[in-house]
Amino acid sequence: MNMFTQAVWIPLLPFLSFLLLGFFGKYLKGTTAGWLATVFLLGAAAISFNIAYEYFFLFGKDANGVYQTIVPLKMTWLQFAGGLSIDMGLLIDPIAVMMLVVVTFISLMVHLYSLGYMKGEERFSTYYAYLGLFTFSMLGLVLSVNLFQIYIFWELVGVSSFLLIGFYFDRASAIAAAKKAFIVTRFADLGFLIGILVLSSAAGTLDFQTLIQRLTDSTGEGLHTATATGFLGVSALTWGLLLIFMGGAGKSAMFPLHIWLPDAMEGPTPVSALIHAATMVVAGVYLVARLFGIFAFSAPGAMEVVAWVGAISSLFAAVIACTQTDIKRVLAYSTMSQIGYMMFALGVSGGSGEAVDGFTAANFHLFTHAMFKALLFLGAGMVIHAVHSNELKDMGGLRKQLPVTHLTFLIACLAIAGVPPFAGFFSKEAILHAAHLTHPAIYWIGIITAALTAFYMFRLYFGIFHGATSSHHGDSHHHGHEGDFFQKLPLILLGVASMTAGFIPFGNFVSFSGRPVELHTDLAFSILPVSLSLVGILIAAWFYRKPSEMPDKVAGFFGSVFTAARQKFYIDEIYLFITRKIIFKLIAAPAAWFDRSIIDGTVNTFGVAAQTGSESISDLQTGKVQSYAAWFVGATLLLIIVFIYFIH
Amino acid sequence: MNLSLLFIVPAITAVVILFTRSLQQARALALGGSVVQLFLVGNLIAAFQRTTSGLGDGVSDFVFQQRMAWFPSLHIDYFVGVDGISVAMIGLTALVVLAGVLVSWNVTKQPREFFFLLMFLSAGAYGFFISLDLFLQFFFLELAVIPKYLLIGIWGSGKKEYSANKLALMLMGGSALVFVGLLGVYFRSGSTVTFDWLRATGSIMPVSDQLFFFPFLFLGFGVFTALFPFHTWVPDGHSSAPTAASMFLAGISMKLGGYGCLRVAMCLMPEAAQYYSVYIVALATIAVLYGAFATMMQTDLKYINAYSSVSHCGFVLLGIGMMTRSSIQGAVLQMVSHGLMTALFFAAIGMLYERTHTRKVSELGGVMKSMPFVSTLFFLAGLCSLGLPGLSGFVSEMTVFVGSWERAETGYRVMTVLSCMSIVVTAVYILRAIGSSIMGAPRSAAFLQFKDAAWNERVAAAVLMAGILIIGITPFLLNQLILPGSEKIAQQLQRIILPL
Repeated sequence: MNMFTQAVWIPLLPFLSFLLLGFFGKYLKGTTAGWLATVFLLGAAAISFNIAYEYFFLFGKDANGVYQTIVPLKMTWLQFAGGLSIDMGLLIDPIAVMMLVVVTFISLMVHLYSLGYMKGEERFSTYYAYLGLFTFSMLGLVLSVNLFQIYIFWELVGVSSFLLIGFYFDRASAIAAAKKAFIVTRFADLGFLIGILVLSSAAGTLDFQTLIQRLTDSTGEGLHTATATGFLGVSALTWGLLLIFMGGAGKSAMFPLHIWLPDAMEGPTPVSALIHAATMVVAGVYLVARLFGIFAFSAPGAMEVVAWVGAISSLFAAVIACTQTDIKRVLAYSTMSQIGYMMFALGVSGGSGEAVDGFTAANFHLFTHAMFKALLFLGAGMVIHAVHSNELKDMGGLRKQLPVTHLTFLIACLAIAGVPPFAGFFSKEAILHAAHLTHPAIYWIGIITAALTAFYMFRLYFGIFHGATSSHHGDSHHHGHEGDFFQKLPLILLGVASMTAGFIPFGNFVSFSGRPVELHTDLAFSILPVSLSLVGILIAAWFYRKPSEMPDKVAGFFGSVFTAARQKFYIDEIYLFITRKIIFKLIAAPAAWFDRSIIDGTVNTFGVAAQTGSESISDLQTGKVQSYAAWFVGATLLLIIVFIYFIH
Repeated sequence: MNLSLLFIVPAITAVVILFTRSLQQARALALGGSVVQLFLVGNLIAAFQRTTSGLGDGVSDFVFQQRMAWFPSLHIDYFVGVDGISVAMIGLTALVVLAGVLVSWNVTKQPREFFFLLMFLSAGAYGFFISLDLFLQFFFLELAVIPKYLLIGIWGSGKKEYSANKLALMLMGGSALVFVGLLGVYFRSGSTVTFDWLRATGSIMPVSDQLFFFPFLFLGFGVFTALFPFHTWVPDGHSSAPTAASMFLAGISMKLGGYGCLRVAMCLMPEAAQYYSVYIVALATIAVLYGAFATMMQTDLKYINAYSSVSHCGFVLLGIGMMTRSSIQGAVLQMVSHGLMTALFFAAIGMLYERTHTRKVSELGGVMKSMPFVSTLFFLAGLCSLGLPGLSGFVSEMTVFVGSWERAETGYRVMTVLSCMSIVVTAVYILRAIGSSIMGAPRSAAFLQFKDAAWNERVAAAVLMAGILIIGITPFLLNQLILPGSEKIAQQLQRIILPL
């Protein structure tokens, strides 16, 4: 079992890379820093794949063929006097191993890609140092054994995200976006923190395994306490889980805590691929999956909330994605929508029997989505470098100029649209099937979202690679090349993954029970979603393949709905109103005024009064301090006398 | 280990500094003295570990005790001894003093007197933390107040006379309250008069007396640690003080108050503490949130850090007021952590100010380009303040929160949740400060020419940063030092002799 102790190197290698580049990066010339970081990451990825192989194929199962949870390393990090403790350690189970593979693989791709993409940047080595910090934090999060350990790394990925969004720190928009991302997720983490306090005090532990065991054992004391006590008619357990889910929803950009994600696109595009598409933003899904046992068996109410928040987010984001013109923002809303898919897949899979397969489906989609969404972002980076703009109107007809990008982007679009046999088809089918079993309404939301997804992705595809060659593109022709081999390699590898990942028998590896499950594939069931997706693609082709008036006509038809969607349903404005008008104007400013005027005013009044008083009593006192001191001494003596008389 | 050395060495250093002739000599002596002190404290920690490891797990006792009669007729002794908590506070003091001396390396105005006062102040702080006789402790507390008045009044900036007066008066007022409380302890605990802390904790003061005297002690010490509404000396005092004085003030002096609240007020009158706990918690919650909101509106970096200190010291008081084992532990951790963090923050602000000659957020911007080291320092201090894991603030705040949650009554729960909310507000004001002073486009061409930190500033930062990182990454090291002491205090607080 101790062979899994080597997993400790998976987060440590990127951390070493961070330290090395953080301290000595400025002495490294050219792309040396990037290569160094890439080599470290290659090591981490190699160990991850090795562990995945050993765990899934050799040693992960116990005698009954069930995947076990292995904790090869655990130490007490902070012992609270009250009995709880924060432990640091490694937890190896199917979802953790799956995430290790995803995180190290995508991070490696991004490291390679950035060698070319970020070449010549002034802070090249700093960029790689931050990537190392992020990868370390994300891997630490994945391997957490303890509810507080996951919170610790959760915060660390947050700050790495802040640093990378604000990488171009002399741009005001980048700073604003970085701050927004940090503060919105911090607000969500407040819920997470209180949720941790609620759950841990009910269960008397922070350790995942013990926690889950105590809160799912219907005869145990922990579950009893957690459900017997409550607040506002909701049990402590449900509160705790909902608050923890709030943290997850913030990180995973679920409605209404999603507002930071589109702005986060201010960061360099490879960062968006790594953090804001494939890894960090799915941390919320991972968190719910980690605590899935408690959600599913002890708090069906919380489960219901997870399902609906996921479903609403997926549809909401898909609608907005259809109207945006900045290609990175379209991808950002698409990410939100797909994470919504994963979230509701978890939410609908409470209960027993086949419904629990939603757990597998959610993780499957997390896996495939990481591949094709990272690919989409890296492709978008190529496009943005070629035309020097994020706007769709500046693009068009790029398929000849960027052949590799074109082909891989097309593959990714087919994958996300759920066209068989690309990866997204399989995971989406599994999710829709799970929803179909227990939540028909959410199933229909999923179907509509799938159609919209196909439409807006092909809107992007046709808008970028087909249609008229834009003027902007014309004059950039001479430097519109496609980058070097190391920039194309990730696209190709991710393209292959997006084509083939669906054929992985995912249920054999990841399931809630640890036993292999057969994911549902049924031709009859697939007809509806697939044909709707194809319709979406065809409409997109009709609208955007050639210049056409149809988009404007349709936009006109939807009128104010279209405008509202384009303005992202005014959620940002609502937040601005709350922060500027209420928090700043009605809370902070009065607090500051009250402090200076009332409290300090009182203090000053006392000072003046004492000064006047002492001066009137004694002209012998010249300095202020002495006079006050005399007052204090006098008063003290007086008090002493009073006490001696009255108490004795 | 002879504890008396801890205040004798800085006192001697201070006196010798008075006989120096130049800045070079004065600062060399001060630096030498602080380094010797740091070794002394390192030795103390090692000796403490050796001695207490024999006592077994969870046993806390005051070791290295020394006792001599001082005013025999009044039963006042020179009586010193340390437990893990005081050792931790002494360690904090040593680090802050060394860093403070280093950042003052180029004080040109009356350097001799300046370093004399710094050393003098530190002697007072060391003496305070080792005292086991309440009168002796009070004596050291006063020793630590006077230098602050002069440091601000002479070397300060802005409306320095006003600030110096305000600070000295409010702290002296606090001292007066403390003294009244101490007299209560002197006369009313035990059968004979005593200032002996050990004896006084062993005996039980009549509850009615406790209820009467507790507020004097707690509010008195509370003034030192910025208890709402007696916190207004903090922003003015800090903003006028020279950098090193700000560091001492926030890093050490405010901790004298927290330590006093815990060790003296709470431990000597546990029944009154129980009775007043809800009020303490309420005031602490107000300080935490109100301080944080007030910080949001500040435009001067020193005011930002000063108000944020009000908020962060609120966590100390919250932990103390909650009176659970983990919350007491959290309060102690927060004292150490905040001491280091705020000293680092003031050091970084001082470095920025020396170069840019402004502390206004709106007049700064984009210094990251020319001063990467100072900027990183500022950034790390900010992240520590907003409780980022890996830095000390996270460890201490989380311990306070976990400890506070152990109080299950609804009112306490509500206040815990309210205090937790400050983590969001803190993020807002810290990121605002960082975003507009460190990041952004350089304010003007001059902003590209500033020199980054000099060696003395780098060493000062490294000293404080080392402490912050050690606590943040390996909290178990500090924890094993303070855990037995915290548990013992919590036990003392949970002794209840009568229903109230």
